Amino acid sequence: MLTVLITIFVLAAAAPMLHRLLRGATGWALALPVVAVTAWFATLVPAVSGGEVILESRPWVPALGLDLAFRVDGWSLLFLLLIAGIGALILIYAGGYLHGHRHEGRFFGFLLLFMGSMLGLVAADNLIVMFIFWELTSFSSYLLIGFNHEETKSRAAALQALLVTGGGGLALLAGFILIGQVGGTFSFSALLENADVLRHHALYLPILLLVLAGAFTKSAQVPFHFWLPGAMAAPTPVSAYLHSATMVKAGVFLLGRFNPLLGGTDVWHTVVTGVGAATMLTGALLALPQTDLKRLLAYSTVSGLGTLTLLLGIGTTLATKAAAVFLIVHSLYKGALFMVAGAVDHETGTRDVRSLGGLFKVMPITALAAGAAALSMSGFPPLLGFISKELLYEAKLAAPSGAMLITAAGVGANILMVAVAIIVGFRPFHGARQLPAKPMHEPPLALWLGPAVLAALALVAGLFPSLVDRPLVSAAVSAIRAKETTVELKLWHGLNLVLLLSVVTVLAGVFVYFLRQRCRALAARLAPVVRFGPERGYELGLRALTAVAAGQTRLLQHGYLRGYVLTVLGVATVLAAFALVRFGPATLWIGFEDVRIHEVAIGVLVLAAALVAANARSRLAAVVALGVVGYSVALIYGLYGAPDLAVTQILVETLTLVLFVLVVVHLPQFSTLSSPRRRRWDAAFAGVAGLVITLLVLKALHVESGERVSQYFAENALRAQGRNVVNVILVDFRALDTLGEIAVLSVAALGVFALLKLRPGARKEDR
Amino acid sequence: METTLAIVIGGLYAISFYLMLRRSMVKLILGLMLFSQAVNLLLFTAAGLTRGQPPIIPEGADALPVPFADPLPQALILTAIVISFGMIAFTLALTRRAHSSLETDDLDQLGRSERP
Repeated sequence: MLTVLITIFVLAAAAPMLHRLLRGATGWALALPVVAVTAWFATLVPAVSGGEVILESRPWVPALGLDLAFRVDGWSLLFLLLIAGIGALILIYAGGYLHGHRHEGRFFGFLLLFMGSMLGLVAADNLIVMFIFWELTSFSSYLLIGFNHEETKSRAAALQALLVTGGGGLALLAGFILIGQVGGTFSFSALLENADVLRHHALYLPILLLVLAGAFTKSAQVPFHFWLPGAMAAPTPVSAYLHSATMVKAGVFLLGRFNPLLGGTDVWHTVVTGVGAATMLTGALLALPQTDLKRLLAYSTVSGLGTLTLLLGIGTTLATKAAAVFLIVHSLYKGALFMVAGAVDHETGTRDVRSLGGLFKVMPITALAAGAAALSMSGFPPLLGFISKELLYEAKLAAPSGAMLITAAGVGANILMVAVAIIVGFRPFHGARQLPAKPMHEPPLALWLGPAVLAALALVAGLFPSLVDRPLVSAAVSAIRAKETTVELKLWHGLNLVLLLSVVTVLAGVFVYFLRQRCRALAARLAPVVRFGPERGYELGLRALTAVAAGQTRLLQHGYLRGYVLTVLGVATVLAAFALVRFGPATLWIGFEDVRIHEVAIGVLVLAAALVAANARSRLAAVVALGVVGYSVALIYGLYGAPDLAVTQILVETLTLVLFVLVVVHLPQFSTLSSPRRRRWDAAFAGVAGLVITLLVLKALHVESGERVSQYFAENALRAQGRNVVNVILVDFRALDTLGEIAVLSVAALGVFALLKLRPGARKEDR
Repeated sequence: METTLAIVIGGLYAISFYLMLRRSMVKLILGLMLFSQAVNLLLFTAAGLTRGQPPIIPEGADALPVPFADPLPQALILTAIVISFGMIAFTLALTRRAHSSLETDDLDQLGRSERP
């Protein structure tokens, strides 16, 4: 598995270069290895459908318990096949669609990056690895949606998708971390062995909600559905890939993956079923009035994702079966229809269904593929869509609670889907030719191959359901239910309620199709209401965020050094005061018994000189006062057994004073700049801060810090050939620190030189 | 004596804070210089004071006579003195340059000159 992923990522990196070499053939060339990967996945089918789970693990960051672990069970394998198989077709399709585009090579790179992330996501066993791939899909889809980056609309849509799915990703990460805490491991396989631990833990609800937030944002569930139609700004191959087979299904994958760990509870049923049903209806209702082929399909995808979520929410064996089959069906027909929409757009230059018609004569193969896909979408026999719809109704009717409600919602949504299928799959190809007679022809092979293959698959699988039921669906259902389940699909279920519902659905769908004009008019009248939807919330949130950011930047980054200094010093003082109150012994070290008069005199001298320096009107007086402070401090060092410090202090003080005098003569006389009120305020703050420090020192003197490292230095100084312990520390025990110190001085010296000697003006003259 | 020094340190801190809050560049530097003195003294005092016993092993002996002044804070302060010298030198050069380029000693004016 790792080899496959690395191959795909390497291909992604190499794609732009390959494109420079191969030009028009790049799509075909890149599809080859992907087809090989698909074939390899297909060879895993017999083993996996036999109940085997393929595990692969490689240590990555062992210290964190992080392994590059992969787990291929039935549910993963189903996704792997869809992702790689449809991915290969999309690569070919993209080669035709974007032929001659300026950044075609880059596009292939993004597409492969996305494919690799998606494969990694569905195969990952370690939750952290899964999350990393999850984020990679968000990231690469950002690049894909914003591919036409010159357009404001594309950029906004890409950002919207990234923020919504990225936000969900954060929730997911939090959920995963909680799972790791509760379950004691990040390995999905290990968690599966104690599946009930999570369900009975106090943190179950937060975990569930966080994971669901991740899944719902990714799978565009209400109220996060709005980013998906926006993402239609991407080139059509992206829409076909991301919005049929992959990215949006990642959320569904997650639901299925975590069903054995988190599913089966009342909360799960209520939330997942409810959100799924709401999404299913919302998507279907919003789809019908659309006139843009891609937007029609986008909203119908929202509806389809809602259906999948709903089924996983119901969670019965039957519902899970229906979900697995519908997943395949949906990927096949949606991928095909998107590619058809792109092909039509490519040939005619428009995607508006109102101005399309009679294209069958011009592009019969595309029309046939579109028709077959649309039939599958509306659940017509003998396509796989029919089997899926039968199963869907069966599962909904048998739902443990709210069966009637769910079924009614399902029938309603499906009726609308039938109408949408007719609009997308038949309307553009039949009837009168409406486009201006410009020379149009069948799109090239690359553009019709994808839809044709997918539509053919839907037909073949419908006729021979045994091709998919045992090998794929059984294993997938077993993985979701975490117990062995065998699925057998049949085209003909007999005359029963379910069949009746199917017939009603199709007839009503055709009826709604003829009412579509009126629906559009109604939708136009309702548009002002719809504008208050969740998308508006997103916009407001985004605007509020930038406003807060700008406000706090203005507040904190005001550009006055004094303010910054005050903030830093104030915070430091408050923290010190807090430490003073909160920690350490309660008593202060106060004692004057050991006082010597000359030492007190030095202390008084220091303070007096510092005060003089602070209030000096003349610069020279300030410098002299500063010198007094420095030399007095040196005296204190000398008195208390630190001759080295005293000597260094005297030397440095002298140098500093010389420097200061040299510089200060070039500066103007002191002038009073602040107002008296300001000065009083500062003085009060400084006084309080000084008091806090004094108290801190008095308290610190009480703290015994246990064994001192100095003892070690004192005992071993002689072994380092020195009698002055301070010197030995500097040049021997802590020699690296001293080296760092020298480096700092050198940098400072360079800086001083640059500041004094280099003139930007002079450089200009040099040029 | 610790008590006296604690008061001296607090005083130095207070005066240096006050100076650092002034608008004049030169006063800011004065504040910085006093500040580094105060910090060094703080380290020195907080580690505990030992009068007149430098941590130097006498000729002939093979260990320090107890009690001895703690050598570790001394080493730290030694480094700090030198580093603060480097910093002050750099700040002085910066001030000199800023003043010759911008013709002002007022830090608030300096802030405004940053923006176009």
